[in-house]
Amino acid sequence: MADQTLQAPFVAPARLTTGQQNWRRFSSNPTAVIGAAIVVLVVLAAIFAPYLAPYPTHAGEIVNFRARHHPPSLQYWFGTDDVGRDIFSRVLFGYRVSLILAIVVLGIAVPLGTTLGLLAGYFGGWIEIIIMRLTDIALGIPPLVMALAVSSILSPNLINAMLAISILWWTWHTRLIYSITRTLRGQEFVEAARTLGASPFHILFREILPNCVSAISVKVSLDAGFVILIGATLSFLGLGVQPPTPDLGTMVASGANFLPDNWWESILPGFAILFVTLGFNLLGDGLRDLFDVEEVR
Amino acid sequence: MSATLLSLRDLSLEFSLFGRRAYVLNRVSLDVPEARHVALVGESGCGKSVTMRAIMGLLRSPPARITGGEILFDGRDLLTMSAPEREALRGVAMSMVFQDPMTSLNPVFSVGDQMGSILKYADRRLGRARSKAERMTRVYEVLRQVRMPDPERIALAYPFMLSGGMRQRVLIAMALLNETRLLIADEPGTALDVTTQAQILKLLQDLVAERHLALLMITHNLGVVRASANYVYVMYAGSVVEHGPTAALFANPRHPYTRALIDCVPKLSGRTTFRGIEGTLPDYAAPPPGCRFAPRCPHATSVCATPPPDLAVGGAHGVSCWLEAEKAA
Amino acid sequence: MEFLFFLIRRVLWSLLVLVGLSMVIFIIARVVPGDPARMALGPRASQEQVETLRKSMGLDLPIIEQYARFVGGLAHGDLGTSFLTKRSVNADISETFAATLELVITTVLIAFAVGVPLGVAAAHWKDGWADNCVRLFAILGAVTPSFFLALLLQVLAGYVLHVLPTTGRLPPGMAFQPDITGLLLIDSLIKGRLDVLGEALRHLLLPAVALAMATTGQIARITRSSMIDVAKQDYIEASRAFGIPTRVRLFKYMLRPSFVPPLTIMGLEFASLIGNAFVVELVFAWPGMAAYGVRTIMQKDLNAIMGVVMISGLFFVCANLLVDLIVGFVDPRVRIQGAR
Repeated sequence: MADQTLQAPFVAPARLTTGQQNWRRFSSNPTAVIGAAIVVLVVLAAIFAPYLAPYPTHAGEIVNFRARHHPPSLQYWFGTDDVGRDIFSRVLFGYRVSLILAIVVLGIAVPLGTTLGLLAGYFGGWIEIIIMRLTDIALGIPPLVMALAVSSILSPNLINAMLAISILWWTWHTRLIYSITRTLRGQEFVEAARTLGASPFHILFREILPNCVSAISVKVSLDAGFVILIGATLSFLGLGVQPPTPDLGTMVASGANFLPDNWWESILPGFAILFVTLGFNLLGDGLRDLFDVEEVR
Repeated sequence: MSATLLSLRDLSLEFSLFGRRAYVLNRVSLDVPEARHVALVGESGCGKSVTMRAIMGLLRSPPARITGGEILFDGRDLLTMSAPEREALRGVAMSMVFQDPMTSLNPVFSVGDQMGSILKYADRRLGRARSKAERMTRVYEVLRQVRMPDPERIALAYPFMLSGGMRQRVLIAMALLNETRLLIADEPGTALDVTTQAQILKLLQDLVAERHLALLMITHNLGVVRASANYVYVMYAGSVVEHGPTAALFANPRHPYTRALIDCVPKLSGRTTFRGIEGTLPDYAAPPPGCRFAPRCPHATSVCATPPPDLAVGGAHGVSCWLEAEKAA
Repeated sequence: MEFLFFLIRRVLWSLLVLVGLSMVIFIIARVVPGDPARMALGPRASQEQVETLRKSMGLDLPIIEQYARFVGGLAHGDLGTSFLTKRSVNADISETFAATLELVITTVLIAFAVGVPLGVAAAHWKDGWADNCVRLFAILGAVTPSFFLALLLQVLAGYVLHVLPTTGRLPPGMAFQPDITGLLLIDSLIKGRLDVLGEALRHLLLPAVALAMATTGQIARITRSSMIDVAKQDYIEASRAFGIPTRVRLFKYMLRPSFVPPLTIMGLEFASLIGNAFVVELVFAWPGMAAYGVRTIMQKDLNAIMGVVMISGLFFVCANLLVDLIVGFVDPRVRIQGAR
């Protein structure tokens, strides 16, 4: 008979909610926190641009020839461009354009792509074949080239640029949700729901979709950055927002005419693009580490 | 009496992970003589794989750390050798046969390519110069020794083209390429069906006899041990609790754990219910002082909190248990 | 033999993709705009001029017939006739295609030559400073707009440090016609003009680096994770147990099985590579397809745009077929079974 307890007494650890656990894990990841901070900063800057910008009127039609081509100084933090407008203020307003672009494009692409992916993954058969073959064809088209073609045919403005990008963007989401749904389709909780008489609609949107949320949020975060990049590339080529509306890509393009002497006119807006894309990228990576999602690219 | 080729003396080892230390091996001693088949048995997690890797020198040194004892191979202590010296022995004098033939062969290279490479680098270390053709001749020769038909065709094949049993033979062949004197077999045949497993075990036995190999077999399968091993070491939670010639140990198991293990094996006659051993392996970070089996032992007393002595039962049969000491007293 | 079937399946699939692409671009370029001829000539052209153009370009025919002509032309390698220059699009593109090809090939070579070793280093010294540097490099590569990087490089290397030229493929004074393959690097070697080779390399360096940055980072990252996965495999420990030296283990036994994911990623990366090539070419005044493409877009020369899009699509599809071929070479399971 063992008359000595050779094991330590059992003490139940304090329980944290899932949300608290997630927050702890997320905040212990320095790059994720940096990413989140950048995104928050940019979003706030965009929303409150009229109040934060030193020269809010410079975002519109204004010329100030006496202050042309000033290098960065205390008066003009990012310097001025070739008609004398404060670049820093314009960058803040430019973020508005970038974020609107990201929101609209993803607002179209994510629901569309997710729905198609769910349908294809769950029902299989010819629905799956049609949707996935279409998706594969669309994935075979270089997105920027297609966006360029579309932008040229329709007149260049913000809306058409958004349309041009959305046309192909949903395909990535379809593929992602399709592969997740296919995996989940065979799992027991889906079968259980089916035997209980749940409608396919219920199964798709109340059982399977919630399991995709983590993968979707990672992808949306990463995508936001890349959509902004492509949008900036389009406007760099003159196919996006038209002047005088401030846009980061357009600023880089027009500032490029004055390189290398007046470098700030092109380089600083360029860094602004890099900054916001970096933020979304780090945030997406952090979310990916948090949810331990592997299949998202 | 055959000469002892491999000898572990009081080997102790710990792992450091996430700031905690796990005392995984506790003064393990065992001997493997030439031309003998020695089995090391224990349940999963008892430390037998760690022992095997410690002998082969495959453990990474953090996080593993040897804290005491010696590993004598042919008289020399492996732990005092430099890394290149130990690497020189690997695949040459001492070889390992891996457990899972499905995952232990590189999928993108042909069998002949992989075997030839082993020879090539061994030659380089031993200062031997052989042409590729000579090496391939040796490869075919060894494949024949493991009873593979048509070695030339096998050498050209990729692993995914071969069955599990054939892949296991290839793994054994790889271990025999050089003048191996010690073969360590990790759960040979467990990943295969019973018939194939029996063939593999027979092959190993024949090799021991034909080539005077010292074979150390790591397993949890008592049936296999009883059928083929000359000598058995029973391991629990990092300690050797009992050891002896196979027949003697199975006829007269002295350690409560050994008895429980043998009792667990379902037999064709007798008891028709399954029986397990109550409790689980101890926490290696805070192992019980003294006998590590005591918390699960139905016969434990307060003296079991101190390390039990190693006692001889008769002949080469030994056990490490206070109960035995009481009997002897 | 299985591999052949696999390749044939992939080729057929690629053809399907191209057909799909032709439909999509046709709808966008002919159906969506009200009057392609009017678009091309602009609002100031007279109605007569527009009608003349319409007739000569066959735009008055039924849509189905127009599409049939288009696809028929494609099957013969004819990309149509430009609305504006009236030359065949083939002629216009072929002058510039080789330059773009040379740039893209160099970029891919750089991406692998730099990306794979970086990935190996990051995996080998996992969580060390090398690993973190590679991770930083990959992130920066992914988030930096390629046009911005191109401008930065141009400013730094060209104007600040004056080490490298910033525009064109060759210095203005140097006359050399790459009439064998169209690729300066190869043709200058063949003809023995090492001075041309040197200059061509100098001019190629900045644009290729600007284009390669993002892709190199991705390749490094995927090589790293692939190597880490392979390192955990039993057969790698087995090779250690059999006495295979570390360097051989790393570069032969670990690298070969890890090589397929980077290849696959490279195939996908081609899509963004083609797009980015457009902007990089513009920044460096590289005489490739981009300048032509942007001009046609600005001038709304829809036939030419269709041609450019089809060529880009063809390029992407061919690149992926090449990737499949190489994967078959690297991984015997694909080669022999036709699948993984």
